[in-house]
Amino acid sequence: MSMKVTTRQVDGVTILDLSGRILLGEGSVQLRDAVRDLLAKGQKKILLNLGDVTYIDSSGIGEMASALTAVHHQGGDLKLLNLTKRVHDVLQITKLYTVFDIKDDEASAIASFSQSA
Amino acid sequence: MRGQEETRVTYTLESSLDSVDKVEQTAEQMARKAGIDEDETFRISMAVREAAVNAVLHGNAYDPGKRITATFENTGSDLIIRITDQGIGLDPAMLPDPLAPENLLRGSGRGIFLIRSFMDEVHFRQLHPGTELTLIKHLGTSKPSLQGGNSL
Repeated sequence: MSMKVTTRQVDGVTILDLSGRILLGEGSVQLRDAVRDLLAKGQKKILLNLGDVTYIDSSGIGEMASALTAVHHQGGDLKLLNLTKRVHDVLQITKLYTVFDIKDDEASAIASFSQSA
Repeated sequence: MRGQEETRVTYTLESSLDSVDKVEQTAEQMARKAGIDEDETFRISMAVREAAVNAVLHGNAYDPGKRITATFENTGSDLIIRITDQGIGLDPAMLPDPLAPENLLRGSGRGIFLIRSFMDEVHFRQLHPGTELTLIKHLGTSKPSLQGGNSL
């Protein structure tokens, strides 16, 4: 199963609902393009919903790290929502858990953007 | 029953992402057949996938004239996966530490680190040309699982 991305707007925050596998190749490129497109349109408050992500590899992890850097350089913010245990474990092992703002509730995640970005 | 049947299979594959998928799926099937639990099977298949990506991407650089080989062996006490490429070679001592603060947000450089995190033993051998990466998971032992996050 490849990755699927759907986009929605809630209170000025762009939520990317990701599902499937974020892997080297198509999945990583989709994520990069999605974030790049949002930044090009001036949408700098981005919430990545990873609740339906079943697998992520080092390329996918790297793409999320690069996305965070790109969004911060534009003066925006990117947060993560609904980590599965597997994604959580990988972020913890790679210490990226310490640099991402990670939420487990969509409403509070959206509210948190009003105090930042 | 865990680890009672000794098996060994070798594939020679082209340098493509389809080959990476094949290697990952074979590792997953091997781990399941050995009676390894779901979380540990995920870690093994992820480590093996990273090793295959390393061989295809960093080793052979997708060169259609170069092949990777993947050997899967269940000795009864260990799962042993060997991945070889025909690239210019890899010196693991030269890899930057992905946990160093200046590297934390890098877009790459975590593959070997994840392999080492998920397997019990990892060995590199230079083949001149190429690299052989051997990944070993001892049956009956597993690294403690990390806490937190939602279940899939």
